[in-house]
Amino acid sequence: MYEFAYHKPSSVADAVKLLSADPEARPIAGGHTLLPALKHRLARPTALVDLSGIAELRGIRREGDKVVIGALARHAEVANSDAVKGAIPALARLAGTIGDVQVRNRGTLGGSVANNDPAADYPAAVLGLGATVVTDRRRIAADDFFTGMFSTALEPGELLVAIEFPIPEKAGYAKMKNPASRYVMTGAFVSRGPQGVRVAINGAGPCVFRQREMEAALAANWSPDAVANIRQSPDGLNSDIHGSAEYRAHLVTVMAKRAVADAG
Amino acid sequence: MPQVTLTVNGKKHTVEVEPRTLLVELLRETLRLTGTHVGCDTSQCGACVVHVNGDSVKSCTTLAVMCDGAEVTTIEGLARPDGTLHPMQEAFREYHALQCGFCTPGMVMSAIDLVQKNPQGLSEEEIRHGLEGNLCRCTGYHNIVKAIAAAQEVMHGRRKELARAAE
Ligand SMILES: Cc1cc2nc3c(=O)[nH]c(=O)nc-3n(C[C@H](O)[C@H](O)[C@H](O)COP(=O)(O)OP(=O)(O)OC[C@H]3O[C@@H](n4cnc5c(N)ncnc54)[C@H](O)[C@@H]3O)c2cc1C
Ligand code: FES
Ligand code: FES
Repeated sequence: MYEFAYHKPSSVADAVKLLSADPEARPIAGGHTLLPALKHRLARPTALVDLSGIAELRGIRREGDKVVIGALARHAEVANSDAVKGAIPALARLAGTIGDVQVRNRGTLGGSVANNDPAADYPAAVLGLGATVVTDRRRIAADDFFTGMFSTALEPGELLVAIEFPIPEKAGYAKMKNPASRYVMTGAFVSRGPQGVRVAINGAGPCVFRQREMEAALAANWSPDAVANIRQSPDGLNSDIHGSAEYRAHLVTVMAKRAVADAG
Repeated sequence: MPQVTLTVNGKKHTVEVEPRTLLVELLRETLRLTGTHVGCDTSQCGACVVHVNGDSVKSCTTLAVMCDGAEVTTIEGLARPDGTLHPMQEAFREYHALQCGFCTPGMVMSAIDLVQKNPQGLSEEEIRHGLEGNLCRCTGYHNIVKAIAAAQEVMHGRRKELARAAE
């Protein structure tokens, strides 16, 4: 790794000040995406702003008809949270399948969502539940947040503070894991609730996306059969050594069926 | 350079580190605790697993500065001062759960975290899933799984002594 300076602010305001004073500084949460990138010298920040001392970024709580999860919540905390397990069990299950035990002990919700890796798990839940991303300066609807491969609506220096997940009537998640890396090859997060029916597909394309045809079919008939004959076009999907765009397109239907079955 | 104070295996250390120093480098190179290994250095293999505030973490993917104030336990911190092995170490020996031994320190640290967080007991399948972050190129895992299944009985007080491998 190249050298960098290190700051450990104790408030969101101080962190934002440090980040806006130095456009080459980067926040670090669990470091399980950023440190491997620094080791590969894919990024060369002048400074890391360690978020771990900021109490405002912590906590998982139920607030009326939503569950609010702080950006620093580690995957293991979300997986084991009674509030999440009670209100949105599919979200707790999703968190419990990210990477491995040690990744779940360090990696955070905020880091995963800010990074928007096409093969990450959380973006599917954020989009599939119609969550709201709360930052230090504004609130962003999930539909406007994920803008492309590894890209989001966050401005340089803008901190993700928490995510508000509306509590659905039903929600389910299914994914095909890459057997070596365990990252998502193709996954589907489905929900029915205050925001209607939503189907979010991750892993398949350059960025998580909604499958509107499946949403319409499930709104009319909530059952795995309703999506069984809907074919996803492979146009624009990812193609790599792990699987072709056609294979991923096929998996979209299979995973959507399994996700609806998972939701019950 | 930033200073960090951390307690490693019950002993407090205050050291100066460059911000880019990894926890595993601090442990191996500064504190000379070379029981923690580096296999991949890309957060895949688990050879570098130690406990930080009671959670198993990959020390090759953790900055030392971010561990200021933390309690760290490494493989060297498990046996009692008189040399009596931790039940998990004892079980690895009894069940022949290692061959070259390179993965073993990380495997043992992951296994202890897994058992401690699951007092209800783990099935064979749960043990296998719990080890997803640890790779072993020698044993084929079967004996590691058997060792952990036996050690959990002792760690949770359901048995006084480790079941012998022949039983
Ligand atoms: C072996 C391994 C397996 C993995 N498997 C999976 C998997 O199966 N599924 C999966 O989804 N992920 C997986 N991951 C990724 C893991 O979940 C990461 O921890 C996570 O994606 C990033 O979270 P982090 O807290 O580590 O973020 P960091 O690495 O600290 O940060 C990631 C990026 O987000 C930025 N950032 C962090 N926090 C904030 C914030 N609050 N506001 C604004 N920007 C912020 C950072 O500047 C950086 O650019 C895996 C990682 C490893 C090492
Ligand atoms: S050396 Fe840390 S995971 Fe391989
Ligand atoms: S005993 Fe050799 S790698 Fe596990």
